[in-house]
Amino acid sequence: MTEKIIPLHLLPTGSFCKVKELRALDNMRRRLLDLGLINGTLVESLRRSPSGDPTAYQIRGAVIALRSEEASNIFVERV
Amino acid sequence: MGLTCQSTGLGSLQEMLKVNSDSPDNIVIALAGNPNTGKSTVFNSLTGLKQHTGNWPGKTVSKAQGSYIYQDKKFIVVDLPGTYSLFANSAEEEIARNFLCFIQPDVTVVVLDSTCLERNLNLALQILEITRNVVICLNLLDEAERKKINVNLQKLADQLGVPVIGTNARDGVGLQELKAAVYRVAKGEITNNPLKINYNEQIEKAVELLKPFIEKIVNGRINARWAALRLLDGDKNILDALNLYLGFDFSLNSDLEKLLRDAKEYVSSIDINMRDLVVESIIKQAEALCAETVVFKTEQQNLLDRKIDSILTSKIWGIPAMLAMLGVVFWVTIKGANFPSAMLASGFDYLEGVLTELFLAGGAPSWLHGVLVLGVYKTLAWVVSVMLPPMAIFFPLFTLLEDLGYLPRVAFNMDNFFKKASAHGKQVLTMCMGFGCNAAGIIACRIIDSPRERLIAVITNNFVPCNGRFPTLIALTSIFIAYNLGPFQSLWAALSILAVVVLGVSLTLFISKILSRTILKGLPSSFTLELPPYRKPQIGRIIIRSIFDRTLFVLFRAVMVAAPAGFVIWLMANLNLGDISILNYCAAFLDPFARFLGLDGFILMAFILGLPANEIVIPILIMSYMSQGAMLELDSLFMMRQLFLDSGWTWLTAVCTMLFVLNHWPCATTLLTIRKETQSFKWAFLSFLIPTITGMIICFTVAQVARLLGLA
Repeated sequence: MTEKIIPLHLLPTGSFCKVKELRALDNMRRRLLDLGLINGTLVESLRRSPSGDPTAYQIRGAVIALRSEEASNIFVERV
Repeated sequence: MGLTCQSTGLGSLQEMLKVNSDSPDNIVIALAGNPNTGKSTVFNSLTGLKQHTGNWPGKTVSKAQGSYIYQDKKFIVVDLPGTYSLFANSAEEEIARNFLCFIQPDVTVVVLDSTCLERNLNLALQILEITRNVVICLNLLDEAERKKINVNLQKLADQLGVPVIGTNARDGVGLQELKAAVYRVAKGEITNNPLKINYNEQIEKAVELLKPFIEKIVNGRINARWAALRLLDGDKNILDALNLYLGFDFSLNSDLEKLLRDAKEYVSSIDINMRDLVVESIIKQAEALCAETVVFKTEQQNLLDRKIDSILTSKIWGIPAMLAMLGVVFWVTIKGANFPSAMLASGFDYLEGVLTELFLAGGAPSWLHGVLVLGVYKTLAWVVSVMLPPMAIFFPLFTLLEDLGYLPRVAFNMDNFFKKASAHGKQVLTMCMGFGCNAAGIIACRIIDSPRERLIAVITNNFVPCNGRFPTLIALTSIFIAYNLGPFQSLWAALSILAVVVLGVSLTLFISKILSRTILKGLPSSFTLELPPYRKPQIGRIIIRSIFDRTLFVLFRAVMVAAPAGFVIWLMANLNLGDISILNYCAAFLDPFARFLGLDGFILMAFILGLPANEIVIPILIMSYMSQGAMLELDSLFMMRQLFLDSGWTWLTAVCTMLFVLNHWPCATTLLTIRKETQSFKWAFLSFLIPTITGMIICFTVAQVARLLGLA
């Protein structure tokens, strides 16, 4: 296996990934699902906030900012 | 601390479920949609109402109602809060779901953002599971066109099995067609055949098992398939809702319990959780629909947005740009308000002379002239001439930033600070609303789901100076801090006010952190923030809207309070208690304590009498000083400076007064709003206490340190 599964917050800005697994629970999980984050969803990391967190991601045509707490529960594969 | 539904404003949300319809013949329409899809604009265009709109998700936190007539039928339109889904993850979602499900509007219009259809369809598909009487309103078509996104409306309508109407609500395009489609669906002239989402075999089997039984109980009142799915999902609050609205307690029915157990057996053979599977099926369906109906003509749709964001939210320029923008807004406000304020003041002054002559000619007793002209009229004149110009400039400027879509970027830039204070990133949005009016800021706190973080936002909202306090700050900086600085005067004044605001924001963070560590202990809840595309603001509409909806509204409120306040203060200054006036008596009583804070008795009393509205603090103060006989005419800021100097003011008095303007009790309207939103006197009282104590500590420290150092 050459591809590595990493948590989303470690994805460098400007690169793309596909969601592999959602490890968030309860309310956070439901919220992420509502945004359309399911297995296979394409996500682009756009930019970090001036203070380093949160990060803006392009998800299904919308720009969504996630704190590292949320993003670290989304496991992705770089593409 | 009891963070129950009651204490967190859910009670007031429930209230919104009531439809105000004057006749059973009226057709009730619900407007549903994702946040920030232009739902409020569609609502306004349909009903002609002026529901406040703005380019940030969560703008409509309360349900609005309006109506329109079409083909001699009255249509009641209910604007539901914007939600991403109907799984009732938050209070707003629950309200929207319960409304669609149990109140059962005749037609549901689902407003979708054409530029972000895939995610928007997720909600549309969920709504189609609940009701078949749906019309899809595909909004923001112009924006989609600009971004070279092409949606095949006919194909989408065929696939969804309901009418799809393309609109561009801002310009009123497509609204007649929308009304026509709604009419036809309501009349039954169009029979919808909504797309059914197919789940996997196990779920479908389980649903089949439950459906006949549920159908019998609900008797067509709600969609049995949908209810079966929710029951299988183990959704607790749907049970409560069924019980509440249909009067049927599912948990007490042993037949159903047994059936549900059997049905759940089917589902438990799947290795992932049911909710995930349901959501995934819906999202995949939306994906498939989009693949067939949407054509992206370019790869990169939001290049311009990204370019703007790369400056406004960049590491180096993000925060400076934010401060600069705020500074410019203040500067333009101060600079622009100078002249009209002076004009208004001299106009009112002239009118006062005329009024006085009339009173004299009519032989009115001097006390009547005193109470009406020197009391009521003078206070009113001051409130209008000092308040109106800055508001009429500040509100449109701020609405412009709001319309552009800049506010969510501010939240994005500032979020880390709020996270460190264990607060919610959307607190920034509520603070932005607080700039206009703290009561509006408190209501905006509904966008924060977590009760703990919402309370923090409510309690600290007062640290943002509202529009009732800006004119006071502007007047004080102009005559003391930035006085005699020639051409740079308004620049310095703007910088001082910027400093006051930065202090307010720092205090917000500091107090939020303390609250998170003490009475509102807890960790930050999950946070997702949508950064909407920048939109071209509609300048004309902004000006009209902010002048009529905001400026005049706030001014009217201030005037309503100012008139009786002027009456009271004149009486206090002219009725004697022993051989001194009540005013002097009270001021003398407050004076020793006020001196500790760097103020004087009159200033503190003006703040106390200004409880109904912050706008009247300065007029009361001027009246008080003038009644001391220091001066009889006052028609310019220079005279005001002279009056204050004659009354013993120093630069320290001005600084402490400004600090106290920023940090003291919220006005009565705000306190009542807090009481209403939190359903608790305790939180309202704390919201009173915290800024007051903070203000006293800060003023005391500044005053004592300055005196100790011999600076004043």
